Amino acid sequence: MAEYQNLFTRVQVRGPVYAGVPVTGTSWTRSGKPFYIHIFGKLGDAQVGPLYLGITGIASLVCGFIAFEIIGLNMWASVNWDPVQFVRQLFWLALEPPAPSYGLRFPPLAQGGWWLMAGFFLTASILLWWTRIYLRAKVLGLGNHVAWAFASAIWLYLVLGFIRPLLMGSWSEAVPFGIFPHLDWTAAFSLRYGNLFYNPFHMLSIVFLYGSTLLFAMHGATVLAISRFGAERELEQIIDRGTAFERGTLFWRWTMGWAASAESIHRWAWWFAILTPLTGGIGILLTGTVVDNWFLWGVKHGIAPSYPAVWGQVVDPALTQGAIR
Amino acid sequence: MIPGMKLGLGLLGAVGATLLGVAMISEFQAPPLEVVQRGFRGVAMEVNYNEKQLATYLAENKVPASLPQAPAAGAKAGAVYKNVQVLGDLSVGQFTRLMVSITNWVSPKQGCAYCHNTANMAEDNLYTKIVSRRMFQMTQYINADWQQHVQGTGVTCYTCHRGNPVPKNIWFTDPGPRTSGSGMISAGAATGQNLAAKSVNYASLPYDPFTPFLENDHSIRVQGDEALPGSNRHSIKEAEWTFALMNYFSNSLGVNCTYCHNSRAFSDWSQSSPAKVVAWHGINMTRNLNNDYLKSLTNAWPANRLGATGDSPKLACATCHQGVYKPLYGVSMLKDFPELAHPGGAGLAYLNASWTPPGGSLEQAKPADQPKISQ
Repeated sequence: MAEYQNLFTRVQVRGPVYAGVPVTGTSWTRSGKPFYIHIFGKLGDAQVGPLYLGITGIASLVCGFIAFEIIGLNMWASVNWDPVQFVRQLFWLALEPPAPSYGLRFPPLAQGGWWLMAGFFLTASILLWWTRIYLRAKVLGLGNHVAWAFASAIWLYLVLGFIRPLLMGSWSEAVPFGIFPHLDWTAAFSLRYGNLFYNPFHMLSIVFLYGSTLLFAMHGATVLAISRFGAERELEQIIDRGTAFERGTLFWRWTMGWAASAESIHRWAWWFAILTPLTGGIGILLTGTVVDNWFLWGVKHGIAPSYPAVWGQVVDPALTQGAIR
Repeated sequence: MIPGMKLGLGLLGAVGATLLGVAMISEFQAPPLEVVQRGFRGVAMEVNYNEKQLATYLAENKVPASLPQAPAAGAKAGAVYKNVQVLGDLSVGQFTRLMVSITNWVSPKQGCAYCHNTANMAEDNLYTKIVSRRMFQMTQYINADWQQHVQGTGVTCYTCHRGNPVPKNIWFTDPGPRTSGSGMISAGAATGQNLAAKSVNYASLPYDPFTPFLENDHSIRVQGDEALPGSNRHSIKEAEWTFALMNYFSNSLGVNCTYCHNSRAFSDWSQSSPAKVVAWHGINMTRNLNNDYLKSLTNAWPANRLGATGDSPKLACATCHQGVYKPLYGVSMLKDFPELAHPGGAGLAYLNASWTPPGGSLEQAKPADQPKISQ
């Protein structure tokens, strides 16, 4: 009964390890002899390798390592190189961007210079990894859907840490590197710019984010539900009538009157996923540059209703008594 | 499946569930939660109570019984005793009653000798006596001049002290962790944030929100009053400092943001509750008291009472409120102690003009590494 609830892949097919299709037009092919790991097979395919790292892969890892070290060492320094406190407070520690007074200048290392360096190397690492994905897909003769999906996430990353700070004229507008600090930054960002929930692109981003989870749940559930008819066995679905796939389509026709096709469901999911950071990035880019207070912008454009003043008139006491603080 | 693996996964699950359980017990409150709506429906301006927690708070915030009133008639304390500078206008009976009360409130275990040389009560040789005299003046000043915050309820020594010679929930300027900084490495002290700090309810926000706002007067307001850019120059980093102060505020009063604010527009007064006005006066009062009263005692305190930067102990919201939206749930002790309601004796004795700080100068050491707000 509980078969379909299993978290792990239950069938592992073992043949000779497979190096993959031959490719041409690249000097560095693949390294390492593939092998099997049983535990990996529980979560995905049991075969590990062959690996292609290439120039971009190596450069990306080196840049990523440099960024990781700069961030980690700065975090460790902030607790005076105490290993216990480093572990204990790891989620709290951060490498902060420079103070607003530095604008777009390169500040001393301890005042945010390290942040700029870490940002440079992390960005280089990410862009090199993107290049690697793009090139590998091309060499294999695939479409570049993965690369463009990754590019959408990179767009949001660049808006937050590079493009928007440039437009605002200050590195201080960027995000700190740190687990809790970047979350607190997010809350402070919304507080400073008058409530991001009134930002229409933030709204769109949420729609696509929630839509992505819905589509993913529908698609994943459908495929798992029809796997008892062998839906995961690709070839049979294509050839036979009355297969698992056909039943899945029929299920949605019965329940919704309409069904996605095997190809279109992935197009839907892909676009929803892509549009989440794409619209989110636009929303961030407009914040502070084009709109300073999203709530007031919402009032101006009729999207924020007013409520009865249940306490009567509450007036800013600073208007009559003393300085505005 | 291999039996060993089954056992391993089972163990992993058990450990995970235990950790999650511990986290839930320590971090979450057990239902039921009582929600009291305060604002217009749908805007979530409400107060949440946990019945069990409320019982604890009620027990912790009980007002002690007041001693019976003493007759106002008879000789004045100022005439009978020597060196009575603040409360000289009280009758000997009233004066004695107040002295016994303050002993119960502030030094119940230590007794009179905590402040007085019992061989010569008039002597000022103990720093605690100097401090308590100034604190009497402060109490009278608060009750007379800060009614916009303390209203008719007022405060007494007990509001802060609760039987402790040094009140809980005081604060010092926090210079951050000492770093052997070579100048190359950014340290926590450079940004004043990103450490697990109780002051901000273990957020990674600036860990000393007191110094810039409740001692100095940095701008708390970071939101602009225009939709489009141009007039608001506040940074996100400043917003983090304000957010830190507000976290402390919320914790000190045991209420959510929405006790004062409509969270859709934090800065908008017209959508706020009247409590926000009272809180605004509270911020001003706290800053005033820290600068004019607590800091004036810098030279009086022995070194072990001072902070890491040699600064005076100072007060903030939690010093009086202690986790409750109104200190002692709004029960007024002041009505039983009218002598604390206004400056007595020479009338203006509470004014700074008449106060000579011990040790002469009010000048305070200004350490270079004092946390500064990034503008």
